[in-house]
Order: sequence, then C-alpha cells, then structure tokens
Amino acid sequence: MQFIKCLGCVFLFVCHLAYAGDGKLIGTAGLNTIEGTGGGGIVPWATLSGYDTQDQLSASAFITQVSVQDYRLNVIGANVSVYDRAEFSVARHVFDLTTIGGEIAQTVYGAKVRLYGDVIYSDWPQLSVGVQYKDLEDTAVANLVGSEDTSGTDVYLAATKVHLGAAAGYNLVWNLTGRFTKANQLGLLGFGGAANDDYELMLEASVGVLFSRHFAAGIEYRQKPDNLGLGEDDWMDVFVTYIPSKHVNFTLAWADLGTIAGAAGQKGLYFSVGGQLW
Amino acid sequence: MVRGILFIWTCCLLVSGCASRSDTLYVQMGGQQKIDEIVENFVYEIEFNSTILPFFADTDITRFSEKFAEQLCMFADGPCQYSGDTMEQVHGGMNITEAQFNLTVDLFIAAMNKAGVPHRLQNQLLSRMATTREQMLYK
Repeated sequence: MQFIKCLGCVFLFVCHLAYAGDGKLIGTAGLNTIEGTGGGGIVPWATLSGYDTQDQLSASAFITQVSVQDYRLNVIGANVSVYDRAEFSVARHVFDLTTIGGEIAQTVYGAKVRLYGDVIYSDWPQLSVGVQYKDLEDTAVANLVGSEDTSGTDVYLAATKVHLGAAAGYNLVWNLTGRFTKANQLGLLGFGGAANDDYELMLEASVGVLFSRHFAAGIEYRQKPDNLGLGEDDWMDVFVTYIPSKHVNFTLAWADLGTIAGAAGQKGLYFSVGGQLW
Repeated sequence: MVRGILFIWTCCLLVSGCASRSDTLYVQMGGQQKIDEIVENFVYEIEFNSTILPFFADTDITRFSEKFAEQLCMFADGPCQYSGDTMEQVHGGMNITEAQFNLTVDLFIAAMNKAGVPHRLQNQLLSRMATTREQMLYK
C-alpha cells in the first residue's frame, strides 16, 4: 500500500511539470535493473533511466520476472529522471519460494546522481554515484538464516561508455560498477550475517553490442558477498533487448544465480518489459 | 569472482578488436555520389521537421549542401578539404539544446537509412562527427 502511494506521488509530481523528456537518442537511456535503478538487468549503470536531457524530465515504469529452479522474483517499479542529472526510483520485490512455499517482499528506494560526462559524447565514461535503501517486509526467513539486519543501504559508483562503431562497426557499451553492500541476495535474506557483518566492495560489470538502433545483446556479471556462510554465488546473465521505441523495451535473459539459501543451481529466465511513460 | 569481470573485459576487447579494414570509410560508403545522396536526403528531412526547419530559415541551402558534403567527405577520409565556416561560427547564437541536437542526429540517421548506408558504416561516420557536438550545443 505504501508502495502504491509512493508511485502515485511520483506520477503526480511528474505530470505537473512541463517538459516531457524524449531528447536522448533511442537506446541510450538503458533499462531498469531489478532494483529499480537505471542500468542493465542486474547491474546499475551510470546512465539515468529516462530519455530526458538537461532541459527535460521523464518518468518510466517496468515489470520484471526472474524464474529459477526453486524461486521466482517478481518486480514492479518506477523511476523519475530529472534534467539528466538525478534519478529517483522505487521497486517492489515479491520473491516466491516456489518449491518450499511462502514469499518474501521488500521495497527498494533508489537515488542516483550523474557526476560527470555523457555516455556517448564525453571523452571519459559517464560517471554516477547512487544509493539503494532496501526495506525487508517479511523478515522471518532473514532471521532464520541468521542475518543481522532487515534493512540496509547499498552505495555504488558506476562508469558507463558507448563507443560508436567500435565493435566491428557496431556500437559497443560497457559498464563497471563498484558497490558497497551488506545485502544477502539483494536483501531478500537480510543484511550481514554470522560470517561477515561489514560492508564489502563488490564489482559488477556489463558489456553489450547494439546490433541496430533497436536490438542489443550482452552479458552481465555481479559479484556477491557471502555474509551468511550459505555459499552465496556471484550472478551472471546473458541478455537480448528489443527497443522498438522510447516508450517500450523488452528484455529476455538467461540468468545463472548459483546457490540461493543453500539451494544450488538456480538458473532460469529473466523477462522484463519497461518503457518511458512521460 | 574477479574472473567473471575479466571475462567480460575480454569479451569487450574481442568484439572491438576485429574492426580493421584497409579501405577508407569514404570508399566503403560509396564515394562522393553516396555522400551527396545523404546530404540531399538530410535537407529533405529538415524541410519536413517543424522543430529543426526554423534553424535553417536564413540558410543558403545550396551552400549548406556543398559545405556539409565536403565536411562528410573529410570525416570519411575522402579526398576533400572542408572550406566552410567553423562550427562555432555557423551555430553561434542559435542556442541549440541537447534535445534539438539529438533530433537532428535522428534526421541524419534517417537520411543515411534512405541512402541505404549500412548500419556499421553509419556508426563509424557518426563517431567521427560526434567530435563537433561540443562546438554546437548551447552556443
């Protein structure tokens, strides 16, 4: 309910402003990650989620589902981007334990500020810094597995660059992100644990090729901490994205999430639909 | 963990490594005839865009076409020398916004599409043209 209210506020705020954001080139706004932040699928990028330029504002929304062996993650989220400078996001996670039954819900609030550059035009990569505040609603499982907290904050620095024509004539995009985090499995299993309760630096990276103005494909990698001592694995995915217009994008990925809460071999499909509303 | 990151960088290097070709971009695109065709299409795109057309209100289109073709030829490593005014001189006082600039890029891409320029050659030409963006925005 709190989430719906928040979403309402976001849209009201945006609808009162005058300049719709559609000034960036198609594809250059990236996508929305499962944590709501603009980026790839699992890795936050330095790009902001909307097509707004420095004179414009924009709002986007997305839904994502990741289905693996024993779990299914449903995400719905929204995003406001302001003058190509800052981005505010909210994402709602419902994590179904499809094999043993039950679900875990959490909300992720995000903010990101572009510090430097333009992903295409500046000599150096676009640089952004961001935070994600994660608030776990269903805390029973997190407590059971021995996590220390049920809310937590991630801080990350991301660098992203598009090289025009660099991949045998195709446009190449890469991203490198460093994240300070205590989150166990995005925070769904709480924050910190018996094995480690300190912030650790995790590296995340993406690389993609844009095969036309509307199709992209690539891979992502996300390093993860193992605070609970349950053998939490790094994540990776291979994705294809279709961006028919600035108002809608579709992403299909194959994701390998490794071991989650002791259950190994969590692999499956990631599907996301997003787009700019305004 | 770090192996994964290294793997991604290796992919990055691999896909960017196999791009060398001996012909100039000018030759690959189809020479002066193709460049003239792109410029002609671009002028047509501008004529039918109510946002961008006002910027060309005082422009001598014949001179613009000639100088822009020269510039494209030069960007593509063709046998031309650009003899027009600097980008600052041409765009000064227009206060071109980022959105207007990108819209014009879209029109230019449409012009290349209509001329049948392959996507990969389009990107390489755009990459060389991108260096002039700084001289045009918000001047």
